Amino acid sequence: MDYGHSERPPGAVALPTAIKILVAGGFGVGKTTLVGAVSETRPLRTEEVLTESGVGIDDLSGVETKRTTTVAMDFGRITISDDLVLYLFGTPGQDRFWFVWDELALGAIGAVVLADTRRLADCFPSIDYFEGRGTPFLVAVNCFEGARQYRLDEVQAALNLDPEVPVLLCDARQRESAKEVLITMVEHAMKVRDARRRGVE
Amino acid sequence: MTVQGESADHQWVDDHAGPVVRPYAVTGGRARPVTGTFDLISLVMATRTDVSPEIGLGPEHLAIVGLCQRMQSVAEIAAHLDLPVGTVRVLLGDLVARNLVQIREPQSTLGVPDHSIFEAVINGLRAL
Repeated sequence: MDYGHSERPPGAVALPTAIKILVAGGFGVGKTTLVGAVSETRPLRTEEVLTESGVGIDDLSGVETKRTTTVAMDFGRITISDDLVLYLFGTPGQDRFWFVWDELALGAIGAVVLADTRRLADCFPSIDYFEGRGTPFLVAVNCFEGARQYRLDEVQAALNLDPEVPVLLCDARQRESAKEVLITMVEHAMKVRDARRRGVE
Repeated sequence: MTVQGESADHQWVDDHAGPVVRPYAVTGGRARPVTGTFDLISLVMATRTDVSPEIGLGPEHLAIVGLCQRMQSVAEIAAHLDLPVGTVRVLLGDLVARNLVQIREPQSTLGVPDHSIFEAVINGLRAL
């Protein structure tokens, strides 16, 4: 059936702009859970076609409850206002997807690095990446049941973080906790930006 | 391995087998869009409420126009149509070239002179 072409009146649609925040961390650390806790839709998944063959397989020790492999980016959306839409992207949880990270990190406000104290080393690559790129980031320790609780200064020391980098505890399943993490990250990004400006002037 | 009670045609065509049509075929073998770069969070809106099939437009093009009656990001289009992002970019290039969609490139906070976007995001998150 053909209804013919119906054109919208020109100039009638002013599209908002979009911005993004990244959620990084090791495999099974709760990136998609955090995205889902604040997203207005259930997290969606996009896939890039990988031309390389999968190198290595996921190491599931310590994350026995997660069965699927994240080979793609999970993301969510938060409509901030009529003019602004925020996207949250969970970065692929495996090192072989670095080439996707570069695209994701471009223009991002900043990043949340989720850490699991049972497998703290899993977030080292994310931290190295954002430090190297100069992307503002914080570390949010996802409090898994059954995991030993560490003090934040212990985590800070174990990760050898710059003292400026915020470290906080969170429960990625809880909306309020996820909100706090994101707000803290944006506030930190503002501070980083101001400090860089002062450095330039 | 064979599946009992199904014809040979359907035997391999399940979700585990992946897409029946390779992504490359959807784009006619093209890896890059004719125009535009299309960031993952570029926002896309159809310029028309309805597009009839025409030469050079495949069902995936029409599906994008249908989906983008409401604003969608490139990533959302890829997710909803279950197509790789690279394929969606090529299809969007075709649609832009025909003025069937309008695109809003994402905001980069680098070029913004003040904190307005950061503050808007903080306030928006607080209001959730």
